Amino acid sequence: QLLGGQRQPRSFWTFEYYQSFFDVDTQQVLERIKGSVMPLPGKNFVRHHLRNNPDLYGPFWICATLALAVALSGNLSHLVEKRTSPTYHYSPQIHNVTIAATLIFCYVGLVPLALWGFLRWRRSPGSPPGPYSFLETVCAYGYSLSAYVPSAVLWLVPVSWLQWLVLAVAALLSAAVLAITFWPPARADSWATALAVVATVVSLHTLLAIGCKVPMGGALGGSVSPPHDPHPIFPSPH
Amino acid sequence: FAGLADVSISEDIPVEGEITIPVGSRSPDEDFSTLDEPVRDTIMRDLKAVGKKFVHVMYPKKSSALLRDWDLWGPLVLCVSLALMLQGGSADSKDDGGPQFAEVFVIIWFGAVVITLNSKLLGGTISFFQSLCVLGYCVLPLTVAMLVCRLVLLAGSGTISFIIRLIVVVAMFGWSTLASTAFLADSQPPNRKALVVYPIFLFYFVISWMILTFTPQ
Repeated sequence: QLLGGQRQPRSFWTFEYYQSFFDVDTQQVLERIKGSVMPLPGKNFVRHHLRNNPDLYGPFWICATLALAVALSGNLSHLVEKRTSPTYHYSPQIHNVTIAATLIFCYVGLVPLALWGFLRWRRSPGSPPGPYSFLETVCAYGYSLSAYVPSAVLWLVPVSWLQWLVLAVAALLSAAVLAITFWPPARADSWATALAVVATVVSLHTLLAIGCKVPMGGALGGSVSPPHDPHPIFPSPH
Repeated sequence: FAGLADVSISEDIPVEGEITIPVGSRSPDEDFSTLDEPVRDTIMRDLKAVGKKFVHVMYPKKSSALLRDWDLWGPLVLCVSLALMLQGGSADSKDDGGPQFAEVFVIIWFGAVVITLNSKLLGGTISFFQSLCVLGYCVLPLTVAMLVCRLVLLAGSGTISFIIRLIVVVAMFGWSTLASTAFLADSQPPNRKALVVYPIFLFYFVISWMILTFTPQ
């Protein structure tokens, strides 16, 4: 099958194979981030922005940034909330970063795998050539998480309804982009499948947002204490 | 052996030369043989090289000393001293969240390896160990910040001390990032410089965060 002058498929074990996943410029990365938060009905993220050049730079570093942002903002908002309490002793909770990173990287790795596998499986033989490649799916998911990074920073503001509003806006925008992206290949199957796929995508995405906010930040108006509450044997710092 | 009588060495093949191995001038390597010098000279030479690189980090000019003669002694010393200074902070209860010695080590080395891989994957021309060397040496300003923070914390831990520490850490964080960018950015293709600088920014941000949130017990 002719590759039309594109890069040759290189062996899995060479360094150049992996270099082909990082073949992006700064401008392209910025464009892709912008495209992942603006759901325009005609513009499919994969076809319009990726244009057969999916990259792993964006997903990897956006996930890493998000894990850091979520852990840090959770730590800071916990501090802001509990500062006046006499039994509170500040601790940086570095291992929260590991937990957040595991959660986010698993999401960006496993959910696209399931989605890609599902679309592959359901593709009928007569339909036009294929749904997206696995890398494009991962790329779309990775870039869609970029909407959560500024919202993680905005969660520092200790106003509960604002936090939920920011979460809703971010989840809505990025889930809409994902829905627009994955509608065509799912639609090629049937209406019911398409609706099911889009509903699953949107709900998982929203669940991730809630999962990032609730344990890390001041949950539910601050009355529920997070599980990492340090035990109160230290006197208050002066 | 009748047939051998006809064999004769042709006249125009010169059969001449010396059989002895020439013991001419001494090879240049022997002049720099470091086996006979005093141990102090050996150690001082390495220490001077490390010291020179420290100076290059603090005053980052376009010099290639850091890149050409890379070594990992400096980063190791900086990493160990930073990890040691981050100990003794709210470490009485084990899960109280302060970084352990091994955590600091792993964060610094693993972070440096990931950034190096990232810049090589983006098409950088720098070698693996050169990049590790630069990233490790540029932790020096942050180590200085840690030292200053510990001294400030000896004086007290109120709001003023926090503000001083914040200013010092932010300044040193900026210095580290600028120093490593000055050394590393040249080896990248021009339209990808920001893609390489951003992970370096994240890396020093995490280290600065650990330094700033250090609270002594």
